[in-house]
Amino acid sequence: MKPGHGEVLIAEGDVEVAREEELLIEEFRHQLDQGMWAAVPERTTVGRREARMIKAFEDIPRDADRVIFFPRAAGGV
Amino acid sequence: MLLAAIAIGVVIVALLWDLVLPSVKEAVERWKARRAIIPGSSYDPGRERRAEQRARQLLRSCVNDEEWAMYSDLGFIRVWGGLSRAPRRGRISEDPRAGAPYAYLVYPHKPIVAYLPQTGELLNEYCVEFPDETRPYGSSRLPDSDDVLAKWMALTGDERRLLSMANMHLPGRQVDPKRVRRDLWHLSQWERERLRRAGRSQGEVGAA
Repeated sequence: MKPGHGEVLIAEGDVEVAREEELLIEEFRHQLDQGMWAAVPERTTVGRREARMIKAFEDIPRDADRVIFFPRAAGGV
Repeated sequence: MLLAAIAIGVVIVALLWDLVLPSVKEAVERWKARRAIIPGSSYDPGRERRAEQRARQLLRSCVNDEEWAMYSDLGFIRVWGGLSRAPRRGRISEDPRAGAPYAYLVYPHKPIVAYLPQTGELLNEYCVEFPDETRPYGSSRLPDSDDVLAKWMALTGDERRLLSMANMHLPGRQVDPKRVRRDLWHLSQWERERLRRAGRSQGEVGAA
């Protein structure tokens, strides 16, 4: 998510392909270093949709089709 | 005689030069300014609109169908809170609200409002923002639907963490409690209508 732009594709690849996974890890870290939060939308066992906050690349479910990065929350006025 | 005339001429020219020079300079500057090539502004008035459209698509693909319909029809999303704890067995809590289910109303670019659905009591306002300090597109504000999605993800993914980042205030600081109560009334009507429609379509399926 980017101000003034909405959704922007940052990187895509297959985690089963080592080279692509490396690229994804690199981009994931880069985004977190920039202060972004990462989340994966998923379904619970009862079928409800919710998000899982991701702090490390290893936490991303292998079958996740996307990770959404958004600016870190800050207290508003 | 000739020398005197030349001297007078020189004096006249010098005096006129002093008078005329500023306006000549100004005219030249104006002419230069008119001719100068100004770098074109990259502002695109449709950009924010397209960003919002993309954000709506993303929001729709992430939240529950009911939540999406709620946002489309009412302009906000209700998210159930997950931190309520029932009082321990054998202990009576001093707060009669302990363990009661609570929920949040998530508005775009407004504080998150916590309330008790059973009574409609407003609990708190949580002021939270998602500023992009890199400002890659000239503004630090996310599109409305992205702001709602960010709150939804943070609330459903790690409610405690989001609340710890937010500034908590009593209800009414920024969001008018009358408006929230009106929204809650609209929400209850909306849910009733949705249930009625779902019951009707189930009846039609059963009859067929």
